Amino acid sequence: MTVIDNTGSAAQAMPQLQLPERDLKRSLVNLAGWAVALAVLAWAWEGSEMNPLALVQDSANMAEFASGFFPPNFHEWPTMLQEMLVTIQVAIWGTVLAVVCSIPCGILSSKNIVPWWVYQPMRRLMDAARAINEFVFAMLFVVAVGLGPFAGVLALWIHTTGVLAKLFSEAVEAIDPNPVEGIRATGADGIHEVIYGVIPQVLPLWISFSLYRFESNLRSATVIGIVGAGGIGMVLWEFIRGFYYAETAAVMIIIIGTVTVLDMISQVLRERFT
Amino acid sequence: MTSDPAPAIRVHNLSKTFRKGFQTTRALDEVSLEIVSGEMVALIGASGSGKSTLMRHISGLMLADKAGDGMIEVLGYPVQEGGRMARGVRLVRGRVGVIFQQFNLVDRLSLMTNVVLGVLGRIPAWRGWFGLFTRDEKLRALEALRRVGIDQYASQRASTLSGGQQQRAAIARALVQGAEVILADEPIASLDPESARRVMENLARINREDGITVVVSLHQVDFATRYCPRTVALRDGQVVYDGPSEALTHEFLRELYGAAGEELILPGPIGGPAPKARSAAHLRPASA
Ligand SMILES: Nc1ncnc2c1ncn2[C@@H]1O[C@H](COP(=O)(O)OP(=O)(O)O)[C@@H](O)[C@H]1O
Ligand SMILES: [Mg+2]
Repeated sequence: MTVIDNTGSAAQAMPQLQLPERDLKRSLVNLAGWAVALAVLAWAWEGSEMNPLALVQDSANMAEFASGFFPPNFHEWPTMLQEMLVTIQVAIWGTVLAVVCSIPCGILSSKNIVPWWVYQPMRRLMDAARAINEFVFAMLFVVAVGLGPFAGVLALWIHTTGVLAKLFSEAVEAIDPNPVEGIRATGADGIHEVIYGVIPQVLPLWISFSLYRFESNLRSATVIGIVGAGGIGMVLWEFIRGFYYAETAAVMIIIIGTVTVLDMISQVLRERFT
Repeated sequence: MTSDPAPAIRVHNLSKTFRKGFQTTRALDEVSLEIVSGEMVALIGASGSGKSTLMRHISGLMLADKAGDGMIEVLGYPVQEGGRMARGVRLVRGRVGVIFQQFNLVDRLSLMTNVVLGVLGRIPAWRGWFGLFTRDEKLRALEALRRVGIDQYASQRASTLSGGQQQRAAIARALVQGAEVILADEPIASLDPESARRVMENLARINREDGITVVVSLHQVDFATRYCPRTVALRDGQVVYDGPSEALTHEFLRELYGAAGEELILPGPIGGPAPKARSAAHLRPASA
């Protein structure tokens, strides 16, 4: 008898499955969130003078404008290719200099490596380098060192250092501290710890980040020519300003081709390193 | 312990309190300990009893409480005193090899490189920065790898090796370091029984052949009785036993630790013949 009684009470004690109750407070907060998001969208719509109707009303104009681009005119292809190569060269040096500087700057921005009075100032400096667009740096350097690709290299260098140092330090902060401690325990100094304990752990990520920034710098380098910092952008700007749309189309095709090919190469390399 | 032979490790009145928010843990409670040069000592205790904390203090990786007169000396040199690191602690670290439960090798470096890094504390710093190790130093590393039976994997990345092999590489690194004292913190806790046995035998052998002082923390008392003449037992940060390992019968352990003592006892005997009959173990080819 007792046995049956026991199993009976056990079955009763088994709690019924119950869905969690709807939480009124959370639903209200949710609703308020949506209201705020919609308000922000409406506010930004005003400021941007959004006017979808113009797309329809001026469609005839736009069609005519677009037809000016066809057929693309590759007449001046030697200059175009020449300048495209300059752009690639600018992107290479801008990236390489930035990578070299980002190694110390990234390590000195890492919480787990240096005390706060080192990483705080270093981070703020990198924030500043990152906050200013490379386009702005290019305009400044054109004034400082004159028209030409070198101004472009300097602009990419500064801005990219800001970006890569942050990415590098994030990788450093995510490392496994144990191998570093293993090296410290042999009586090694702080620099040894970084070289043998930290860098081997972050290297694949660092390489991947650097290649990714190279891709992005190549796209930026095509634009900074517009402010006089050399390369294909300068040519592009000349054509647009002179209403040579067929030539503009040719330059755009060259840019698309080059960027696509180099992106693909860089992606293949990145995959090999991770 | 008499201070007749030079003490390799002297710990005096060491206390360590961890604070996390409002919670405080007294991980070490006035620990005093003396270990003579050439001894092989086991440090046992349930998890959380303070074994790792004590090891990290002795190797100069962690500072004791400022209050009190806690003091550590290794090979006659001060490591820390009154919660402050001694000045020459980096030199002392160079003479103390540390073996960790998680091996703490650098995964992406070859076994050879990992082991040659043992010389970092003894060569001019700049040579280390540029990786300029001499032929002699590299040969030393290879020789150490051979002693622990894994020289055939010298050029492989550390991450490609089994736990037991990585732990033996860590021992090789301590050998290259020329360590006079080796602190091994649960070196066999994440290994299978066969690898564990091999790691313990390597430690026992360098203790016997090179006269290196070895302190090894163990989770299971059977390994202590087998390989270490002397055992120090910790409970809640206090030394509750310090004496011959033979006295540590299962009954005595239950007396020391109560129910928590069960985790210190292996369910079965450790495999293989007694270690004394295996002094030629290193001549056997090591297998994976
Ligand atoms: N870094 C730390 N911060 C806070 N508490 C710690 C830390 N390290 C260890 N402890 C605490 O100190 C006590 C002893 O830990 P530990 O020395 O790791 O023991 P064992 O190695 O014997 O398992 C434990 O209660 C643990 O929670
Ligand atoms: Mg531990």
